[in-house]
Amino acid sequence: MAVGQINWFKFSSPATFYPLAGKLIPYFTALAVVLTVVGLYLGFFVAPTDYKQGEGYRIIFIHVPAAWMSMLIYIVMAAYAGMGLVFNTRLSSLMASALAPTGALFTFLALWTGALWGKPMWGAWWVWDARLTSELILLFLYIGFMSLKAAIDDPRRAAPASGLLAIIGVINVPIIYKSVEWWNTLHQGATIKSSGTSMETTMLTAMLVMTFAMWMYTVAVVLTRVRCEILEAERDTEWVAAELSKSS
Amino acid sequence: MNWGSAGEFFAMGGYAFYVWGSFGVTALFLLVEVIMVVHRKRTIVQRLGRRMRMQAEVKQ
Amino acid sequence: MWAALRCVVMRDLTLAMRRRADVLTTLFFFVIVVSLFPLGVGPEMDTLRLMGPGVVWVAALLASMLSLGRLFSGDYIDGTLEHLVLAPQPLTVLVLGKIAAHWLVSGLPLVLIAPLLGLQYGLSTDALWVLVLSLILGTPVLSLIGAVGAALTLGLRGGGVLVSLLVLPLYIPVLIFGAGAVDAQVTGLGPQAHLSLLGAFLVPALVFAPWAAGWALRISLE
Repeated sequence: MAVGQINWFKFSSPATFYPLAGKLIPYFTALAVVLTVVGLYLGFFVAPTDYKQGEGYRIIFIHVPAAWMSMLIYIVMAAYAGMGLVFNTRLSSLMASALAPTGALFTFLALWTGALWGKPMWGAWWVWDARLTSELILLFLYIGFMSLKAAIDDPRRAAPASGLLAIIGVINVPIIYKSVEWWNTLHQGATIKSSGTSMETTMLTAMLVMTFAMWMYTVAVVLTRVRCEILEAERDTEWVAAELSKSS
Repeated sequence: MNWGSAGEFFAMGGYAFYVWGSFGVTALFLLVEVIMVVHRKRTIVQRLGRRMRMQAEVKQ
Repeated sequence: MWAALRCVVMRDLTLAMRRRADVLTTLFFFVIVVSLFPLGVGPEMDTLRLMGPGVVWVAALLASMLSLGRLFSGDYIDGTLEHLVLAPQPLTVLVLGKIAAHWLVSGLPLVLIAPLLGLQYGLSTDALWVLVLSLILGTPVLSLIGAVGAALTLGLRGGGVLVSLLVLPLYIPVLIFGAGAVDAQVTGLGPQAHLSLLGAFLVPALVFAPWAAGWALRISLE
């Protein structure tokens, strides 16, 4: 266990994590590109036309992965925020704030593609369906997290304050989701299943590959962003000075 | 293979606007995010480098 | 501990009574917002009866959010808050006292005036009772969740708008079940399920929110 502990603390220090992240970014970028190409090929050329929804169903190859990523990123963000609060590690707070913009972007994309999917399928750009509504609320939660972080000038206060907010948010997400679902069934407005019919294996594969592609994309972008955050937070340390003179 | 020709592919069985609207905007936004992050990284490195040189001059 | 709790509640109530205008502003805001809706959507009683519970609840949400700014800011400016944080009594209890006083001053008046506003929307007597009951169970939850938001945004520029961004999404379950309880009464489903769920929100909020708000205060004052 001793080895594991040493590694843990070693990589939780910004000074060691910064170059490590720099080395990892190209691999994740390459993975993201390859998986995107494969996923798009599967989605457009291998997966057959849906007998009910025609070609319009192909939107789910980005809609569903974007929606999954938006939720996954929020959970990961809250986990990092929690680690930052409990262990007081600077790196985890920086990771949490680096994740937020990408998570908000995927939430927005899930809403956008959901609207474009809903118009031909349901006949309306927006339906107060439980999933779409929860996704909208998730976007509000991301915006709240980022605004709180941006409003506090002192990083020593901004990190724990936004971290606490992320944790409160992640506790509330299931409650909000369940209540929106209940509200939706009571008002019996839009009880539409997005894919009630059994899905073909190729469709599912394409969706999963696209999810992994977005996941790798997220890792690559977030690592780049966390490198920015690390540089700004540690700008007066010696290792940053060494790093800068190396790169210039 | 689903498509007889390139035209058929781009028509998406009449759903061209919705399908390409989704994929296009997603591609655009992800691209913009990448550009913004890379640009941010570059400006930070430049700014901190300048700051470092200035502090070195002040010390001398 | 009880003495500390009572002391904080009495102190905040006394302070609020000295500035009655603040209390009345929240109340009038609530009344005005609720009265504006018929002017916007038209006076058809059938439409209004459908909208009534939702409008009253949304207005209650906004009104209780507006008054959040006063929860800690006075004590923050004159330095009392730092003494509360350093006091030997547990901060959670002191914060709970402040929240309780805040609810008595800004939540309870909303509950009491709500039946009058419900009449404007043609709600039946039974529905009015359920409305009051749902507000009694729901508005404390609003104050409790709001306290965390108020503590997090303490002393920030633009804190008032910011707190609405943080807190309103978290209010959504309370809104759904609060307005839903009255709806269920009107449609004949019976409000018990909604009201017991509101109660189920209140209990964990009572336990965890003062603790989280205390934590947020420590972060903000550091």
